[in-house]
Amino acid sequence: MRKLTTPFIGLSAGMLFVAPWLINMAPFESTMGLVQKIFYFHFPAAILFLVSAIVCGIASIRFLFFKKASADAWAIASAELGLLFGALTLVTGPLWARKAWGVWWVWDPRLTMSLVLFLIFAAYTILRKFGGPGSDKLAAGMALFGMLNVPFIYVSVNIWRTLHPMTSVVPTLPTEFGIPLWFCFAAFTMLFIALLNLRATLALQQARIEALYLDEDEA
Amino acid sequence: MSGFFRVAWQVVRKDMTVEVRSKEIVLTTLLFAVSVVLIFSFAIVREGRAPDDVAAGILWVAISFAGTLAMGRTFERERYNDTLRALLLAPADRPAIYAGKLLGLLLLLGLVEIILVPLVALLFNAPILAFPGKLITLLIAGTLGFAAVGTLFAAMLVRVRSRDTLLPVLLYPITVPVMICGVRGTAALFQATPDEPLARLWIAILIAWDVIFVTLSLWTFEPVMTE
Repeated sequence: MRKLTTPFIGLSAGMLFVAPWLINMAPFESTMGLVQKIFYFHFPAAILFLVSAIVCGIASIRFLFFKKASADAWAIASAELGLLFGALTLVTGPLWARKAWGVWWVWDPRLTMSLVLFLIFAAYTILRKFGGPGSDKLAAGMALFGMLNVPFIYVSVNIWRTLHPMTSVVPTLPTEFGIPLWFCFAAFTMLFIALLNLRATLALQQARIEALYLDEDEA
Repeated sequence: MSGFFRVAWQVVRKDMTVEVRSKEIVLTTLLFAVSVVLIFSFAIVREGRAPDDVAAGILWVAISFAGTLAMGRTFERERYNDTLRALLLAPADRPAIYAGKLLGLLLLLGLVEIILVPLVALLFNAPILAFPGKLITLLIAGTLGFAAVGTLFAAMLVRVRSRDTLLPVLLYPITVPVMICGVRGTAALFQATPDEPLARLWIAILIAWDVIFVTLSLWTFEPVMTE
């Protein structure tokens, strides 16, 4: 996985550079017109926001229940990416909603729980930063509770009739809309994997240095 | 299974004995909850009249604030006297110890709520006697969901720096679903034309969250408390 970092960064940079042209070439959506184009960034960011919660949760399970010390690095990395992609989702969403629904924000289940998940990531990061020694297990427990929100956020729009479009919209998208969407999705995903690798490697190296210091103290 | 309940009961009895002798947590928590409600009434009540539909929100804010205080204190006492290690060294299931701590906290918060709920009703004109059964179910289920996560986090925070500030920061985002269900369900009972089916729906969702939170807490307590 780690060898992919450099090519993925280059590739996603190139693709995100080309993306505006592809998005510009896609036809206007019949009712929303130009504002719908923010969707090509909103959807990949939102999906990766949920993916990072799942990665963080699974890494925390491996850390807590299977005593994999290295899994903690992946949990830190994905939590910080969750903050990043969550911020992207929560900025692009209201920008779109202001024009499409007429309001910046509504308290519907998906929006509320997405904000809550973002807050959980924020609390997780604060805990990692200021908790000091002993906070790693607590953070892992926190990540497990955060992961609970993901299925809820995903299915909520299909259960409650809300303003937010349902999950069936994306698979039934016409090809002209689908091409720029999946192009952006691929670019975002590669960026996500590359950043995840870089951040996890950094966390692993930090842990190794700390272990070396501890050994030095004991010697 | 009987061993589980015996251990849990012993932990509850231990906590209650300490509490009956000192009365520290129940008195501080109660006074804090009353102060919160009074601050709300000074902030909101205008010309002797409280606005409609605020009672449910204020009740749950007071419960969550007071709950955080009580959770922090129960484990602070264990840390202060260095008894948490002894408790964990006891030849007993860790989940049973967790269950005992949770039950103790629920009893404590129940006591506080017995005074808090009538006070909110008095100051904000809430019809608490209209649907006593549903209101009590909401209070028990809501406090359980909140305290289940809170007990787990307070126990884990014992070893962490700046634990007093971190507990609410970590706890509130995670227990938002419980708070939403509690407030909405209670508001449905308190409004001018009470909506019983709506309250029943929120109670059902609340119990579902309780099941998830308690299961996950019982499951994670063992690994997170192992050194």
